[in-house]
Amino acid sequence: MRKAVELGYSEEFAALARAYERSGGDPSALANPGVASLVVSGNRVLGLNSLPGLDMSAEELADGIKAHIAVEPGAIIAQPVHFCFGLLPEEGVQRIISHFKIGPGASVKFLAHCSFPNAVKVRHIMEAEVGKGAAMEYNEAHFHGPAGGAEVYPHARIAIAEGGSYRSEFKLIQGAVGLLEIEYDVHLEARAAAELVTKVHGKGDDRIKIKESLYLEGAQARGLVKSRIVLQERAQAEFTGEAIGAGPFSCGHIDCTEILGGTEAKAVAVPKLVVVDERAKLTHEAAIGSIDKKELETLMARGLSEEEAVEIVVRGLLR
Amino acid sequence: MLRIEGLFLELDGRPILGGLDLEVAAGEIHALLGANGTGKSTLAYTVMGLAGYRPQRGRIYFAGQDITDRSVTERARLGLTLAWQQPASFEGLTIKEYLEIARQGEGTSPAIAECLELVGLPPASYLHRTLNEHLSGGERKRVELAAVLAMAPKLAILDEPDSGIDVLSLEDIMEVIRRMNRAGTTVLLITHREEFARAAHRASHLCAGRVLKAGEPEEVVRFYKENCKRCDHVNEPELERLEEQR
Repeated sequence: MRKAVELGYSEEFAALARAYERSGGDPSALANPGVASLVVSGNRVLGLNSLPGLDMSAEELADGIKAHIAVEPGAIIAQPVHFCFGLLPEEGVQRIISHFKIGPGASVKFLAHCSFPNAVKVRHIMEAEVGKGAAMEYNEAHFHGPAGGAEVYPHARIAIAEGGSYRSEFKLIQGAVGLLEIEYDVHLEARAAAELVTKVHGKGDDRIKIKESLYLEGAQARGLVKSRIVLQERAQAEFTGEAIGAGPFSCGHIDCTEILGGTEAKAVAVPKLVVVDERAKLTHEAAIGSIDKKELETLMARGLSEEEAVEIVVRGLLR
Repeated sequence: MLRIEGLFLELDGRPILGGLDLEVAAGEIHALLGANGTGKSTLAYTVMGLAGYRPQRGRIYFAGQDITDRSVTERARLGLTLAWQQPASFEGLTIKEYLEIARQGEGTSPAIAECLELVGLPPASYLHRTLNEHLSGGERKRVELAAVLAMAPKLAILDEPDSGIDVLSLEDIMEVIRRMNRAGTTVLLITHREEFARAAHRASHLCAGRVLKAGEPEEVVRFYKENCKRCDHVNEPELERLEEQR
């Protein structure tokens, strides 16, 4: 189903497309009928394009939208599905409630770009059911303005059936974070796999709170939680990575690196491992500190200044 | 090219470099031989100006300038570089990007792909790989040599470029060093390997943070084998006996 961009919305669509491009998205994909997409400004659906095997619908709410995304069993969606969520005014609330149902054996990748160049309050609530043997990938990149003040609350509950896989990457590395509170719960059945990657660059007075939990419920379920956080000036972050090994021979790993670039920045990392079945294997690694001296000196020995070297290392870490 | 006079460095209250003198002539491959713990890597870090390696006494002259008080970046921009014995890993940085950083100063160095070819890493397989811990030690060492090739510095300090390299490839690595040298880079080659030292133009033997013998590689290797290996090293050698045999 394709909802054409209505004439009255075209200006807003163009503004959002520009913001989309600044956040790393390809705006041509939003108008390409061969690429599935959903464009939402505030609580208005500006564009919606489904494809065979993929059904999307969106209902406008007072403060956002409610979307249903379903992929038929066995459908392989070759091109990534593009989501463009944004809010351009300085004040407002955008609530995106999305429900994904990925049929057994299906495969799909989503690229979500969230553009909030001006401060707003954003609440993204996501529920996903990944069917037996299905694969879902969800990449979300945020673009915020430099002033800060945004509040972003991405919450997700993912259920992965036997042999299914889910991979997500959340990136907020452009503009000021403002307040970010991520809460992801992933439940895995037998032989299911999950990988949650979060990359955030906090500056100024940004406050970041991340809690990601892997419930390894089935036999041989496996999961990885990986976070890379860079904090400068007075930014603060608290990361909690949790793995619960309930399935026999399940395997989970929590990997957190937080780099502090200022004396006033603060970082907390809390890995929590709970072994319910003694055959489960859970591990964690956490590193908090300044940028590795050897990495900096190696780049400086090639002629870079210290500032240039820091930039290269940070960019790599958050890539 | 490099002149070091009376370099003295103490770390954690222990003298590591004890009044070291060394001269590396422009255009040569100069091997620095010495057992573990004699100060070879410390000397490399001190010459490069790394944090924590500021000498308490002595001066370092490079290309006619006193660089003792210069920063790492300033030394590198003068044309000095170091290839670490255990190179750093970089999350998210590709080999191509790393080599581009090394190459940015001069336009006369070989193309990046050529640098990789020269060190035995096929560019098609390696250019876009990340320079992280998934590379083997030997691969990482080869990338480090490729970075030096790409930078084409006046002086490269190579800290044990042979360690972690399989025996069959050692001659290839030495050939890379010779090529680097033919292209105009003076090389200070830190090694344990006698055949590497013999391939140099000149050599020095380091013991207890001092150069005990410098000269023809064959002569220095002989001195190293006949004398140095009998002492306890770890910066407490039988210095008097060794001094007598110089």
